[in-house]
Amino acid sequence: MNWKLPKTWLIAAITLFAIASHFEKSIDPYYFDILISIGINILLGVGLNLVNGYTGQFSLGHAGFMAVGAYTAASMTIHLGPWMAQWTGGDAAPFLCALIVGGLAAAVTGLAVGIPSLRLKGDYLAIVTLGFGEIIRVVFQSMESVGGPRGLAVPTQPSHYLFWTFSSAALCVYIIVLLVNSTYGRGFLAVRDDEIAAEAMGINTTKYKVLAFVIGAFFAGVAGGLYAHFKQFITPEGFNFLRSVDIVVIVILGGMGNTPGVIAAAILLTILPEGLRAFAAWDALPDRIAEIIRNRMILYSLLLVVLMLLRPQGLFAGSGGIARRLRKKGAGAP
Amino acid sequence: MNPTPQPLLELRQCTVQFGGLKAVSELDLTIHQGELMGLIGPNGAGKTTAFNLITGVYKPTSGDIRFDGDSVVGHTPYAITGRGIARTFQNIRLFASLSVFDNVRTACNMHLSHGISHALWRGAAFRREEAKVEQTVGELLEIFRLNHLRDVCATSLPYGDQRRLEIVRALATRPKLLLLDEPAAGMNPTEKVELMNLIRFTQERFGLAVLLVEHDMRVVMGICQRIAVLDYGKKIADDTPEAVRSHPKVIEAYLGE
Repeated sequence: MNWKLPKTWLIAAITLFAIASHFEKSIDPYYFDILISIGINILLGVGLNLVNGYTGQFSLGHAGFMAVGAYTAASMTIHLGPWMAQWTGGDAAPFLCALIVGGLAAAVTGLAVGIPSLRLKGDYLAIVTLGFGEIIRVVFQSMESVGGPRGLAVPTQPSHYLFWTFSSAALCVYIIVLLVNSTYGRGFLAVRDDEIAAEAMGINTTKYKVLAFVIGAFFAGVAGGLYAHFKQFITPEGFNFLRSVDIVVIVILGGMGNTPGVIAAAILLTILPEGLRAFAAWDALPDRIAEIIRNRMILYSLLLVVLMLLRPQGLFAGSGGIARRLRKKGAGAP
Repeated sequence: MNPTPQPLLELRQCTVQFGGLKAVSELDLTIHQGELMGLIGPNGAGKTTAFNLITGVYKPTSGDIRFDGDSVVGHTPYAITGRGIARTFQNIRLFASLSVFDNVRTACNMHLSHGISHALWRGAAFRREEAKVEQTVGELLEIFRLNHLRDVCATSLPYGDQRRLEIVRALATRPKLLLLDEPAAGMNPTEKVELMNLIRFTQERFGLAVLLVEHDMRVVMGICQRIAVLDYGKKIADDTPEAVRSHPKVIEAYLGE
């Protein structure tokens, strides 16, 4: 395998985003919003895929880490932003700092949540992470210094947002692809396939699980920071349980442990609700059907059900390992 | 057999108690460098418990386990593997979604000097190490005639090959002692003969000590230099195959009075 290739790809992608970012002002705000949401969802999906897909630990609290990143990054911009902007003479450096600090704060939270909860497996782990996610949300809800339930406004939106969002997403994809394709990173897959055997082969399974959790949380934190500065307003409600479920759906639809699939699913699931909105407004549609489609979330859910029935192994998974494993498990279930 | 001054593995008066049941009771067991030893006993005699004791899955209620001169009591299973004890499983536990090659490659994990930062930066040191792992794995697969299947998914191999792959994977951790948990389970007579040759070959080729837990008498008697017999958690015999075969207590345990 040519190791230089991924680096070249990363640099090419970031350069492309930097160039594209110069034209972002000419993009219609509606489409721009969708575009940035896609980038954020890629970050969330690919990050969670390391935990749920590659390492096989079912986490349902990803939105909690996003919240930590969002609030930390927003607070940094509010309190330190103007001061830092004066020093550096631009909005790029303070924004970058806010994103990184937001990611680190989320990673530390991930560590604190991961160490006790990763002793559990499967459904139990899902419930515990769900609980932690909700705890994080409630903590922000009761913190008056960040607006409590009223939410927190972020004063500025940095320029070249397209560049920041998609470069972060590209970096996230790069890191996770490189990680799982190294001998070291094969440990994640080994933990997923058989924890007892992995342990017997000298793999510290706890370390791997916590590491996956921390990396996933870091990128969720970065995604949160991007979200906060883009929307310029965040509330604790925006990071509730349903947000976590959205991310899990991206991972499952994309195919657990299949990064290209998860990216595709992140794009598809961001566009789909908006596409349905446009479809429902189509004149040629008979009234009765339009009425059903106007309630587009019904159709959205229905499409998810159909997709899951047709491709339970995920959009892009061919004869990949996890698909086979799931089929086998299904066949062996009592 | 000439006992070397220091045994490789030594269990001293090990007891494992589950509630009121002593699964293993005051067990003494020694294995020397390069020895092929068998551990047999009727169902429920405590063979698997003894096995789990050595690999660190259970902690002894009392007693001491020394490996290569140091006590390994209380160490985690992966740390014990790190010290040089590798194992296979009775019900094959290969990594189902990984290829044959990756299954073995994963077992090289703990000998890597690089960590996460190397894997991300992919500098010269990382590439050198990765190439070395690739070579080691390739050689191991070549020795065990699995190299032509390296990109095949591990669980799609035939049963005998899966057993072989489990042994290869265990060897990739560079053990001094290899524990085989009922490797002949579910095999037909031809496969058993192949397995016996394989175990003998592995032991000689890599200069390992091997502890074999097995039900099948023919396999154990055929290849082991020394056999320990467990019954109700107690060791009732520890001798050469011939002596064990005619040991009155062993006959009693297997056939009844």
